[in-house]
Amino acid sequence: MTTLDSSKEIQKNNSELKETHEDFRMFGLITFLIADGMTFAGFFAAYLTYKAVNPLPDGAIYELELPIPTLNTILLLVSSATFHKAGKALLKDKNSDSQRWLFFTAFLGIIFLICQLFEYFHLPFGLTDNLFASTFYALTGFHGLHVTLGTLMILIIAWQSRTNGGRITSKNMFPLEAVELYWHFVDGIWVILFIILYLL
Amino acid sequence: MTISIDPQKTNNESLQPKGWLRYFSFSLDHKVIGIQYLVCGFLFYLIGGTLASAIRIELASPMSDFMPRDVYNQVLTLHGTIMIFLWIVPVVNGAFGNYLIPFYVGARDMAFPRLNAVAFWLIPPSGLMLVASYFIDGAAQAGWTAYPPLSITTPQSGQIIWILSVLLLGGSSIFGGINFIATIIKLRRPGLKLMQLPMYCWAMLGTSLLVVLSTPVLAGTLILLSFDIIANTGFFNPVLGGNVVVYQHLFWFYSHPAVYIMVLPAFGLVSEILPVHARKPLFGYTTMVFSIMGIVVLGLVVWAHHMFTSGTPPWMRLFFTIATAFIAVPTGIKFFNWVATLWGGKISINSAMLFSCGFIINFVFGGITGVALAQVPFDIHVHDTYFVVAHFHYIVYGGTVFIIFSSIYHWFPKVTGKMLNEKLGILHFIITFIGFNLCFAPQHWLGLNGMPRRVAEYDPQFQFVNQISSLGALLMAISTIPFLINVFLSVRDGKDAGDNPWNALTPEWLTSSPPPVENWEGEAPLVEEPYGYGKEISEQK
Repeated sequence: MTTLDSSKEIQKNNSELKETHEDFRMFGLITFLIADGMTFAGFFAAYLTYKAVNPLPDGAIYELELPIPTLNTILLLVSSATFHKAGKALLKDKNSDSQRWLFFTAFLGIIFLICQLFEYFHLPFGLTDNLFASTFYALTGFHGLHVTLGTLMILIIAWQSRTNGGRITSKNMFPLEAVELYWHFVDGIWVILFIILYLL
Repeated sequence: MTISIDPQKTNNESLQPKGWLRYFSFSLDHKVIGIQYLVCGFLFYLIGGTLASAIRIELASPMSDFMPRDVYNQVLTLHGTIMIFLWIVPVVNGAFGNYLIPFYVGARDMAFPRLNAVAFWLIPPSGLMLVASYFIDGAAQAGWTAYPPLSITTPQSGQIIWILSVLLLGGSSIFGGINFIATIIKLRRPGLKLMQLPMYCWAMLGTSLLVVLSTPVLAGTLILLSFDIIANTGFFNPVLGGNVVVYQHLFWFYSHPAVYIMVLPAFGLVSEILPVHARKPLFGYTTMVFSIMGIVVLGLVVWAHHMFTSGTPPWMRLFFTIATAFIAVPTGIKFFNWVATLWGGKISINSAMLFSCGFIINFVFGGITGVALAQVPFDIHVHDTYFVVAHFHYIVYGGTVFIIFSSIYHWFPKVTGKMLNEKLGILHFIITFIGFNLCFAPQHWLGLNGMPRRVAEYDPQFQFVNQISSLGALLMAISTIPFLINVFLSVRDGKDAGDNPWNALTPEWLTSSPPPVENWEGEAPLVEEPYGYGKEISEQK
C-alpha cells in the first residue's frame, strides 16, 4: 500500500526507523584518495616512460636546482607534523591551540606555493620547450593544485574551529581528520614526486 | 564513532516534490536516482541509436553519398562516446546499482546519498554538451579512443568539448564507484555476511574497484591531451618530441577495464534473473565470486592487447596474449555456471528469460572472437577491421544491452507495480535478436576480408554483405518501437503486478511494489539464501 508518496505513513514510522550506523565517511575519503593517487600514478608512469624511451634533443636543459625543492620537502613534512599537533590539541579540547597550529600549517602551505612559483619563474625552460619541461610543469602543477586546495581547506577548518561558534570541536572531529588525511596524502605524493623528478 | 540517522532530517521528504516531478529534482532517494539514470541513459541510447542508423545508411553504398566524410567521422565518434559513457556505463552501473544495491545489503539508501545525486546530475549537462558540440563547430572526429596525433590535428573545439564531457562523466563514474564500495562493504545490515550477498553486489564491488583504480588514469591522460591541443605542449605529439604510444598505454589502462565496467554488472544482473525464472539456485556461487574477482585482477593487466600493431615489443606481446587468454578461464566458469543454473530448471519462457538466454548465446560468441583477437598473429591480420567492430558489439550490445532489456522486463513490476505486456516483450526480443545477429555476424566476414573500420567508403565488392548488415540495423531500430509502446501502455494501464510477481527470494521483492521511501516498513529482512529455490516452503522461512 505504501508508495513513495505516502509521506504520512513514513512520518508514523519515523520513530521506529531511527537507526545508528558506523561512520564510514573516512572510508569513502580513503577510496577517493586511492583514485586520486591513481591519477598521479598515471603521470609518474608517463614521465618514467618518457625518460626511458624519448631522448631529449641535444642542448635541451633539464638540470634542476635542488635547494628550493629540498626546502619545499622540509616545509611540507613539517606542515604534516603541525597538522597532527592541531588534531592532538583539539582532542584535548584546546581549541585555540588547535586553531593556532592550523593557521601555522596553512602558512607553511602558502610558503610552499610561493617557493614553487619562485622556482617556476627562475627555471631556464618554459612549458612548451621540450617534453621534459612539459612533464615537469604538468606534474608539479597538478601537485600544486592539490596543495592550493588543501591550504584553502585548512583555512576553512581553522575558521570553523574557533572557540565561540565554531562547528569543529572534539565531538565533531571528522572535518579536521579528513583534511589532515588529505594533507598527509598530498605530502606523500610530493615525496614521491621529489624523488622521481629531482633526484632520479 | 557512530552517526545517528534521522530519516526525516536526512531525506527531507517533505521538501522534495511529489509524483513524477521528483524525477526532475535533486532527490536523494536511491530509487529515484536509479530511475533518473535509466531514463536519462535511454534517451541518450535513442540519440546514439539514431547515429548508428545514420552510419549504417551511409555504409549501405560504397561511396560516401549520405553524408560528407568529415560528418561521418563526427557521427561515429559521437555514436561510440554516447553509447559507452552515456548509455551503457551509467545504466548498467548507475541505474540498476542504485536501485538494487541498497535493497541487497539491507540498507535504506546508499552510503553517501548526496554524492550519489551529484554523480547523476553530472551526466545530463555533459551529455548535452557533447551532443551540442556537433552544432557549434563540428563534434570530435577522432573516434571514442581520441588517439593522437589524429585528435590533435582535427578541429580543436569539438575535441576539447569531447574531453571536458568525458572528464565530467569519468568524475561521475568515480563518485558512483566510491559510493558502491562504501555501501557494499560498510552499509550491510547487521548479520548479513559477504558470502550471502546476491551476485550483483559482488559484480558491482568488482566493477567499482575497476572504476576507482582505472578511471583516474584516463582523466589524467585526457588532461595531458588537452594541454597538447590548447597549450601546444608535446606529450603525445611526435613532431614536438612526444610519444603517441604512451597515450595508447594510458588510454587502454582505463579503457580495457572499461569493457569489464560495462560487462561485469551485466554478469551480476543475469545471475539474479536466471535463478528466478528457472526456479533453481544459482549454480556455483563461490566460484562465481572468485571468477568476478579474478576478472577484476586480470582485467587490469591485459590492456596492451589493443596495441599489438603499435610497435609493441615481443615480450609485451607474449605477456599480454597469455594474460588475455587467462581471462577466458573465469569467464568460462561463469558461462558454465549459468548453463548449469538453467539445466533441469523449471524454465518459464518470458521476455526477461529470453533476453537473458540471448545474452548467453551472443556473449559466448563475442567471447570466442575475443580469445581469437588476443592471439598476436590473428590480431595483426584483423586489427582495425570490421572483425573488431563485430567482436565488441557482440560483447556490449549482444551482451550488456540484452541484459539491460532483460533487467527492465524483470524489475519493471518492482519499480512501477505494473506488469509489462509479455506478447510485445517477446516480439521485441525476436526482432532485436534477429536484427542484432543479422547486423553484426556478417561484419566478421567483412573484417576477415579486410574492410577497415571508421572509414565512410569501402571497396564495392563488400556492398552486398554491408547491405545485409544495414538491414539488420534497420530491424534493430524497429525493435525499439514495440518496447516503447509496451512501456508507455504498461505504465498507464498494465496488469497489476502485486508485490512479488516472480515469487523471487532476493530482498528487493520482500517489500511492496513500488517500495516505500524507506525501502521496508520496519526492519530490513535478513536474507541468508537469496537463491534458495526448489526447497520446501517451510525450509525457506
